[in-house]
Amino acid sequence: NFFYFSQCGNFVNTLFLLTNPYFTCTCFRFLITDVSEVNNEEDSAAENQENDRGADKERKRAKPRTRRGHGRGRARHGGEEDGDDEDGTRRAGQRRQRNRRGRGRAGNEGSDSEGDPTKARKNQANQKSKEDDEQEEDEKGGKSGKGKNEKKQDKKVDKKGKKEKANKKKKDKKKSGSGSGSDSEEEPITEEELAKLKEEVEEKKKLIATLRNKPWKMKKKLSVLKEAQLFVEKFEGALGKGKGKKFYAYKVMMTKKWMKFQRDFENFKTACIPWEMKIKEIESHFGSSVASYFIFLRWMYGINMILFGLTFGLVMIPEALMGKPYGSLPRKTVPRAEEATAMNFATLWDFSGFAQYSVLFYGYYNNQRTIGWLKFRMPLSYFLVGVGTIGYSFMIVIRTMARNANEDGGGDDTSFNFSWKMFTSWDYLIGNPETADNKFASITTSFKEAIVEEQESRKEENIHLTRFLRVLANFLALCTLAGSGYLIFFVVRRSQKFALEGLENYGWWERNEVNMVMSLLGMFCPTLFDVISSLENYHPRIALRWQLGRIFALFLGNLYTFIIALMDEINLKLEEEKIVKYNMTIWEASLYNGTIPENSTAPPIQVDPADVPRGPCWETMVGQEFVRLTVSDTMTTYITILIGDFLRAVFVRFFNYCWCWDLEYGFPSYSEFDISGNVLGLIFNQGMIWMGSFYAPCLPAINVFRLHTSMYLQCWAVMCCNVPQERVFKASRSNNFYMAMLLFILFLSTLPAVYTIVSIPPSFDCGPFSGKTRMFEVISETLEHDFPSWFGKVFGYASNPGLILPFILLMVLSIYYLNATSKSYKEANLELKKKLQSMRQKNKNC
Amino acid sequence: MWRKTRREGQRPPIKVTLRKEWWDKNQRSELEMGNKQTIFTPEQLDAYQDCTFFTRKEILRLFYKYRDLAPQLVPLDYTSRPNVTLPYELIGSMPELKDNPFRQRIAEVFSESGDGNMTLDDFLDMFSVLSEMAPRDLKAYYAFKIYDFNNDDYICKSDLEKTVNKLTRNELTPEEVSLACEKVIYEADLDNDGKLSLEDFQHMIIRAPDFLSITSIHFMSKKTRNPGSF
Repeated sequence: NFFYFSQCGNFVNTLFLLTNPYFTCTCFRFLITDVSEVNNEEDSAAENQENDRGADKERKRAKPRTRRGHGRGRARHGGEEDGDDEDGTRRAGQRRQRNRRGRGRAGNEGSDSEGDPTKARKNQANQKSKEDDEQEEDEKGGKSGKGKNEKKQDKKVDKKGKKEKANKKKKDKKKSGSGSGSDSEEEPITEEELAKLKEEVEEKKKLIATLRNKPWKMKKKLSVLKEAQLFVEKFEGALGKGKGKKFYAYKVMMTKKWMKFQRDFENFKTACIPWEMKIKEIESHFGSSVASYFIFLRWMYGINMILFGLTFGLVMIPEALMGKPYGSLPRKTVPRAEEATAMNFATLWDFSGFAQYSVLFYGYYNNQRTIGWLKFRMPLSYFLVGVGTIGYSFMIVIRTMARNANEDGGGDDTSFNFSWKMFTSWDYLIGNPETADNKFASITTSFKEAIVEEQESRKEENIHLTRFLRVLANFLALCTLAGSGYLIFFVVRRSQKFALEGLENYGWWERNEVNMVMSLLGMFCPTLFDVISSLENYHPRIALRWQLGRIFALFLGNLYTFIIALMDEINLKLEEEKIVKYNMTIWEASLYNGTIPENSTAPPIQVDPADVPRGPCWETMVGQEFVRLTVSDTMTTYITILIGDFLRAVFVRFFNYCWCWDLEYGFPSYSEFDISGNVLGLIFNQGMIWMGSFYAPCLPAINVFRLHTSMYLQCWAVMCCNVPQERVFKASRSNNFYMAMLLFILFLSTLPAVYTIVSIPPSFDCGPFSGKTRMFEVISETLEHDFPSWFGKVFGYASNPGLILPFILLMVLSIYYLNATSKSYKEANLELKKKLQSMRQKNKNC
Repeated sequence: MWRKTRREGQRPPIKVTLRKEWWDKNQRSELEMGNKQTIFTPEQLDAYQDCTFFTRKEILRLFYKYRDLAPQLVPLDYTSRPNVTLPYELIGSMPELKDNPFRQRIAEVFSESGDGNMTLDDFLDMFSVLSEMAPRDLKAYYAFKIYDFNNDDYICKSDLEKTVNKLTRNELTPEEVSLACEKVIYEADLDNDGKLSLEDFQHMIIRAPDFLSITSIHFMSKKTRNPGSF
């Protein structure tokens, strides 16, 4: 029967020709001898093809086709069992030969057909099912349905195999007349055979690794797996004969161990991903768009964990353990005036008092170059952690964006509009009847839409109307944005004027004008945008994006006012500092003057650190502002969730029984999950963290806590009080929209941080950089003291503008070059796509 | 009628876990921890891990899921490979499949006997293919089988009509349905034989942007989408 192998369809031959052109010429010889027999034994074309498939498969993965119910197969199996290594190798050689013959035949027959490897592969896949069926039948027949206890079966086969071995050998002699050494029957293993066997074993291993990708039934997979494992175990030992036996065995053992370790590690890794089940549950209820928010939240959590690790491990812990203790320096002590209230809850909640004079804030750190017995360079570490935080964030955001962009493998092909609607519109994740109802409805409407579009292919007025509406909507949104922008600008200007004239002269409204205006805008503009976007009639996914973009622009105003206010305050504090510095000298002088007469009684001047006058320390002030903002933001979010979602849901559910209209369907109804608002909240919050973490090392810790709790709270709130959106839409896989916004915010929040680090002198009496004119001087100081002099020189040369400018130029050029090449690739891709399409069209027309 | 279903759909799932349920859950997890090894031999588990995309824990969870469908039928000891088959009615009532319009087809395609009744092996097989780790080719192959209602290895027009009707719950008119089917055949049929072969189907489905994520059931799969995509 194995002459079937020599008959091949177009697909195998082309595949084979492509991969192994060498074999074709050697195998023509077999061809010539075999042709007649082949012709005799051919039964039907279909069957042949099946077996060809078998041959092909065997070549590719060396799948053992042992139990095919044929004598040969059994014999082969028997050989395997009784541990006759030699026999095994010979067998391997035979199989190889047989395959070759098949290929040779293939090369001959298919030489006139056009080579189309992709088509070939598909054909092959096409045949797979049939082939599998056949195989299974064989299995049943051969083993009389004893798929499970293979050992017994193997033994039986063993006996039979021995009987038939002789038979087989004869056959082999006849048929594989001029093998390349494979017919050296009773001789010891040659190098070549060894190599072949090794190859075979490797192939089996590969089969084991890729078994899960095969579209087979589990029973078959299990049996194939068992066979392959037996084979590998058997011959791995045998391979080790000769020189490298020990080494080989060792290698095999190590690879086994390594595989096991990898598998365990993989198990461990999956167990480590937090909140997987929660997110899955939400996804099945609300669709992937809502789940995408939670995945984003989890990702943020991961990043913040790393930021937290950096600041906590390299800044806060060393200072707390090795730095000078509380009360030893003025900067580490609560001033006398505040001592009475320093422990009050209200003070602590406001992050002043004891909280202000602790490792949580910038001002607490000392400017000692090294601390503790480890000679830990605190100021340097502080500076590097600050820079590293931002650098790491940039890196991780850009890397994620690149990965997302990579996955986006040109899916925007509209030629399969209906097919995709038909076959991929059902979201298999849906596991909840409500969502399923909504999904059915949305699929129906989308079908209807598409059909209507198809029928009326181009309805001019309609398109003009939508275009007009969209332009109008954009115009309105722009007007709203511009108006709110001007309002913010105006209010900020006014508040600056008020601040200059002194706030005491004005009432409550004037003092809180900026905040009130901001929150009013934040409350009403998104709803306004929502109304506007209903004009546009976009698909909800695109509508969500527009909504996000618009609210984002609005929030930028928020950020702007905040930064302006902070800058003003910093300038005020700097002015104040000058005065304090002047006063300090006077105070010191008076101290000395005052103490001189008492010098006889008291030795040197001992002033309690709490009594020393000190500067305003603007850095701590900035840090406090950010921390307060983060905390209040968190509180607002939670309260909004509790009131806006939970209480509303409870009210609607339970008052519906005694109300004059239908609450559930009518006006208040349940709330939907607000994706855009939540995502933007998350992004802007992260921007605050990035801006503030240099001045308040505790900020990442607070944020980690916030994200952790909000994960649980929001998961609960979504599952408990929200309803799925009316038009459930699936999140498209790789879209960088959230990430792009995050990157933009990161960039924006880096600017003020870098500006303050580079161009504002640090406070003279607090923080790790006190006494320096600029913060980054800590680098040059380190270079001077801790590195050999030549290193400093090299660094000096390297930072010379004459070197840096060309370097930047080079980078710009390379970016330009890479951009150009990627563009050309894209164009080529498009061109190819077009060609493919035109080919298809041609094929259809023919 | 539409109004009514919509209103029903508007109710959020405020859920209260009963004390007993909670207790059962905890008991179960203890059981899981305690005698993990008596359900399967380590070799069996390894073999299953090689044959599916699941980790050991996930396989055990799937086993419990399977067993929960019919605790009286499925033994807790699978070391001797008992020959247990669960009827389709039980399989189709799983929460993962309950709302799927193609649940019967899925069960039929993955069951050994082809009638929707499943052994544990079939069950694992099904979840493995539907997990997010499964490659596109494998998913496409099984998706083709699922949509091929009459098992003739081609998706012909009647299959397509069935698919559309299942997807839209018979809310399209016959003309609309046949128009949609014609469009699908026009788009995806490469060799012009009026029906879709596996080759045509793969050619079309592999290019679909979210085919992988859509044809997955979250049971507890390994990877989720990258962050920042929606």
